[in-house]
Amino acid sequence: MTAPTSDTPISVSGLVKTFGRTRALDGLDLTVRAGEVHGFLGPNGAGKSTTIRVLLGLLRADAGTARLLGGDPWKDATALHRRLAYVPGDVTLWPNLSGGEVIDLLGRMRGGLDPRRKADLLERFELDPKKKGRAYSKGNRQKVGLVAALASDAELLILDEPTSGLDPLMEEVFQDCIRQERQDGRTVLLSSHILSEVEALCDRMTIIRNGVAVETGTLADLRHLTRTSIDAELAAPPNGLSALPGVHDMRVDGNRVRCEVDTSRLDEVLRQLVSTGVRSLSSRPPTLEELFLRHYKDEVPAGAATAGEESVR
Amino acid sequence: MTALTGTGGLARLILRRDRFLMPVWALFLGLMPLNFVAATEELYPTAAAQENYARTTGESPTFLALYGPMHDTSIAAIVAQRSGFIPVMVALFCALTVIRHTRTEEEAGRRELLGATVIGRGAGLAAALLVTGGAALAIGIVLAGGMTAMGMPAAGSIAFGLQLALAGWVFTAVAGVAAQLTEGAGAARGIALTALGGAFVVRMAADAGGEGNGLSWLSWLSPLGWGTRLQAYGGEQWWVLAVPAAAVALLVAAAAYLTARRDVGAGILPPSLGPADAAPSLSGPFGLAWRLHSRGLYGWLAGFAALGVVWGGVAGTVQDMVADNPDLEEIFSRLGGGTGGIVDVYFGTVMGMMGVIAAGYAVSATLRMRAEETAQRAEPILATAVGRVRWAASHLVFALLGTAAVQAVGGLATGLTHGLDTGDVGGQLPRVTAAALAQLPAVWLIAAVTLALAGLVPRFSAAGGWGALAVAAVLTLFGAAFQADQWLLDVSPFTHIPKLPAQDAELAPFAWLTALVLVLGAAGLAGLRRRDMATG
Repeated sequence: MTAPTSDTPISVSGLVKTFGRTRALDGLDLTVRAGEVHGFLGPNGAGKSTTIRVLLGLLRADAGTARLLGGDPWKDATALHRRLAYVPGDVTLWPNLSGGEVIDLLGRMRGGLDPRRKADLLERFELDPKKKGRAYSKGNRQKVGLVAALASDAELLILDEPTSGLDPLMEEVFQDCIRQERQDGRTVLLSSHILSEVEALCDRMTIIRNGVAVETGTLADLRHLTRTSIDAELAAPPNGLSALPGVHDMRVDGNRVRCEVDTSRLDEVLRQLVSTGVRSLSSRPPTLEELFLRHYKDEVPAGAATAGEESVR
Repeated sequence: MTALTGTGGLARLILRRDRFLMPVWALFLGLMPLNFVAATEELYPTAAAQENYARTTGESPTFLALYGPMHDTSIAAIVAQRSGFIPVMVALFCALTVIRHTRTEEEAGRRELLGATVIGRGAGLAAALLVTGGAALAIGIVLAGGMTAMGMPAAGSIAFGLQLALAGWVFTAVAGVAAQLTEGAGAARGIALTALGGAFVVRMAADAGGEGNGLSWLSWLSPLGWGTRLQAYGGEQWWVLAVPAAAVALLVAAAAYLTARRDVGAGILPPSLGPADAAPSLSGPFGLAWRLHSRGLYGWLAGFAALGVVWGGVAGTVQDMVADNPDLEEIFSRLGGGTGGIVDVYFGTVMGMMGVIAAGYAVSATLRMRAEETAQRAEPILATAVGRVRWAASHLVFALLGTAAVQAVGGLATGLTHGLDTGDVGGQLPRVTAAALAQLPAVWLIAAVTLALAGLVPRFSAAGGWGALAVAAVLTLFGAAFQADQWLLDVSPFTHIPKLPAQDAELAPFAWLTALVLVLGAAGLAGLRRRDMATG
């Protein structure tokens, strides 16, 4: 692995973590570059939270290396934590403390927070800071965690499914805040399974499955590795198309053809279509959702792993 | 009446959910006084001995205040007085049951789920009141039946049973009202328990001076006083029953009125709000731990002060009790293990008991740390610049200094009360307080065992911590009485603490117990630093 520098606030390689007989992390690699918003994608149980807890020094890795802000996340935990802010996926509050008290407390333990920023964020998230912890709904508990983290001036934000329970309006506010953080030069690791959120916010992303990173790169990189949807109206019924390599799921209805094409084979397929005569054509790059589902729908991990090995390294 | 539609179904639901808890409590509370019959007969076998006990110990201000008036010198009347705290427990059980099935359900949102079905607005309250009131009646019937079966007068036994049942009914109704007032179940419990505490204090004040004293009329103001005014086994006053009946009717009507006029989930009183910004004191793990522990600590301090007043007050009667019964003297000296005056032996014994109770606080304060971890509330703290040891220390300081505070308060209250009693405050206060503080190394050792488990084998920390306390408690409280072997007694750290003030304060046991505390504590913290934190 490359030497950890200030260019890579998070650099993880070959990380293994087992709980009894379960291998929660099985050789995970993850690199987050300075100043980027990095999406960390995977369904429940893929190992996202375990990775984050290792990075926070709450869990000790069994094998592999992890560097956080140039330090060892286990040994240097206390010092490193001054420079980061964390929002868990399920913020639990003390029943007898008000939301405002929790925000101040967490901020002070991190080394201070900006009261003006706190006031601004409370207003944007429409959060009443006077309510006691037990009185908040799930979404409002998340807001308490988000305001506490965003009001700090940490250089790294580690967010573990931070928007679970937020309504669409608040999701929008959250996305604005993260864009602001990126403009201010902060690095964000955003674990999520809300694909539209990742698609909208993230510069690069890592898809994780069964404790292994199966894809890493920009959305464009990932798209390149996958298929484009083609929907074409031809002059005549398609001919020889299905014989071409890289064509999948072809459906023919008279002169109309719909199929999925490996993006790297697009040239040959288009040539074949043109030779038949094209009346109308629409093509669509795969959405992140399609990318994601492709990795998770097929139950054979080998296929996914192969795709991962071709990915950006 | 449509408001009550579905009451029967909801009552069955409550019975189904409480099918173990309710019968166990009803039998426990109903049968407990029957134990006292056998125990009293054993200690005071003759009518003369019973009369002597009733006229001396039974009418001492401490017993009158704690248990209520003594109406007769028969064994039945002695048992009825000794059972004076059982109506309080019945009331407590009933109040908690009502709130658990009304406000707690609403707070959890389950009431809403049911409210969408064919169930009347008042059905939830009615079902909780009916079932709980029925449980209180069952406790009374168990007791009355048991006492009659043991050969006690039937009329008195019925009055005795009613004394328990009516305490339950009144506080069932009180809790029914409290459950309408607040949004949170915790606050509703607080209101009901404050009412119960108030009723107890008023009854204490009324009875402490003996029958017919200037404050006796106060007991008409306390629901617990109505029970004693029934005078079970001492010329029953049946007409008194009209008072609790009227009170229950009034309270139930009030609860029904309130429940019909509020939204589901809302309370009559607005929910309490906190500050929008944290006070400067709330800026680190210790500030947070203070917010989490302080309320509990105040409760323990108040409890130890009350315990000290009672034990200090009883000290004066120890001499009389022993004069009544030479067996007791032997039991005390075996428990206390001392050779000093009987009162000093008594202090040695009760301070040991106080230490065992304080160890309960130590275990709960230590386990609070583990509870914070498993509830995922430690995670956000540990993700800031707070290290694990500092976070742990913020809780452990309560196991260390909190126990010192409760023991000091308990010792001071005992010494002060006894000092005022004997006119020797200057002499008694320091020596009794020293006896209380001498327990601390043993108290801390129980906490250190809990901490070591929390650090090294966290899964067993709760079972192990409470288990260690239970072993120490059983050996300390009952070991000597059952003449257990010395090696077994030596398992409890309290065995090794010199029994001040009767014995000399040898330094060696304090030194090695403290060393053991440090070793176990260090092992626990080292384990905590090395292991994984609990994940959700």
